[in-house]
Amino acid sequence: MSTSAIPAGTKWWSGGRSPFNIGYGKVMMWYFLISDTFTFGAFLISYGTIRFSANYWPDPNHIFNAFPGFGHQDLPLAFVSLMTFILIASSVTMVLAVHEGRHMNRKGVEKYMILTILGGLAFLSCQAWEWTHLITGEHKVLVDGALQTIGTTVSHNPWGPAVPHDVLAKMGADAGEHVNTLGPVAFGGYFFGITGFHGFHVFSGVVINVIMLIKTRLGHFDQRGHYEMIEKAGLYWHFVDLVWVFVFLCFYLI
Amino acid sequence: MSTQHQSFSEVTLQPEHHGSTRRIWVVMAILSVITLVELALGFGLARHWYGDPHVNYHLILFIKGVICILTLLKAYYIVSVFMHLGDEVRNFITTIIIPLMLFVWFIISFLWEGESWKNMKNTNAHSREYKTEQVQQATPAMQQHEKP
Repeated sequence: MSTSAIPAGTKWWSGGRSPFNIGYGKVMMWYFLISDTFTFGAFLISYGTIRFSANYWPDPNHIFNAFPGFGHQDLPLAFVSLMTFILIASSVTMVLAVHEGRHMNRKGVEKYMILTILGGLAFLSCQAWEWTHLITGEHKVLVDGALQTIGTTVSHNPWGPAVPHDVLAKMGADAGEHVNTLGPVAFGGYFFGITGFHGFHVFSGVVINVIMLIKTRLGHFDQRGHYEMIEKAGLYWHFVDLVWVFVFLCFYLI
Repeated sequence: MSTQHQSFSEVTLQPEHHGSTRRIWVVMAILSVITLVELALGFGLARHWYGDPHVNYHLILFIKGVICILTLLKAYYIVSVFMHLGDEVRNFITTIIIPLMLFVWFIISFLWEGESWKNMKNTNAHSREYKTEQVQQATPAMQQHEKP
């Protein structure tokens, strides 16, 4: 390695060098990510406040139990696990791209950036399927003594407590059917709002990664003598993965 | 394979701890295993414990707490290794970590607020016995059903 280690007892604050020993762009990316952390944190914590204040909150395992191609089988957590592993895998390919960049290996950076972009697109496709399934998947709900069929949107939530079978029988409805009451409206708003905001981050991350791939192909970073831009894009991409870890926790696991 | 040039004169690039990618794969394995453990606990919540009136409420809370701690562990590995924060100098790590400490207050106070709000609603601001009626109001038919 041509670079030298930092000598022990270095005086960081006496001038002449960055006390953080890190490039300006990376420092600014980190500070942007801190502000974004507080944005996501505020969203998730307000979701927690509403959830703690509600007497009833729908069980995520009943809502997110579908997998494409498996029809109406009850498969809680299966699809979201796939999404989680896709994002972990694309995080690994991103860190490998950063690693290749530090060794000035253009071909390696290109290969891993393409894999990262594919991972991001796969994640976005999964999210599109999940949203479509949630919005168009209609369920029977008892509202003011009458049965309605509604999907999950920002203004409708068919996931309230189940109506007992004898109540259905008394009403003259099919007692074997699974009918809910209306659930808390805030559920849809928070789910679509937070996963949508996260999905938009994934989308912009994919766009940034595509730009980085093009710039790598054009040899911009070789001319510049370093691949620090790949590291900055990498910080953003890992942050997106990090946020998903917490979205996964708050909406699907607990 | 040559290592990249120094990009800024005021920055000393540190050599990576390993020239190989071994550490990345180790962390990927750790993240995958933690996720699988979380999923196993989540399946337990889904299949056995959630909604079962005989199950101990504190057990569910304990399992959820374990899942939260595992998530923080995952966050630590992503930030420290994938985002290379662990490789930066201590000055920089401090400037990132200190603002995040606000979250300790943020989470505790706002969840507390939610809990208190629920108690105020269910006791009509402490003017009557604790009673959850939000759910029954949705279906007049169920109110009759729930009377013993």
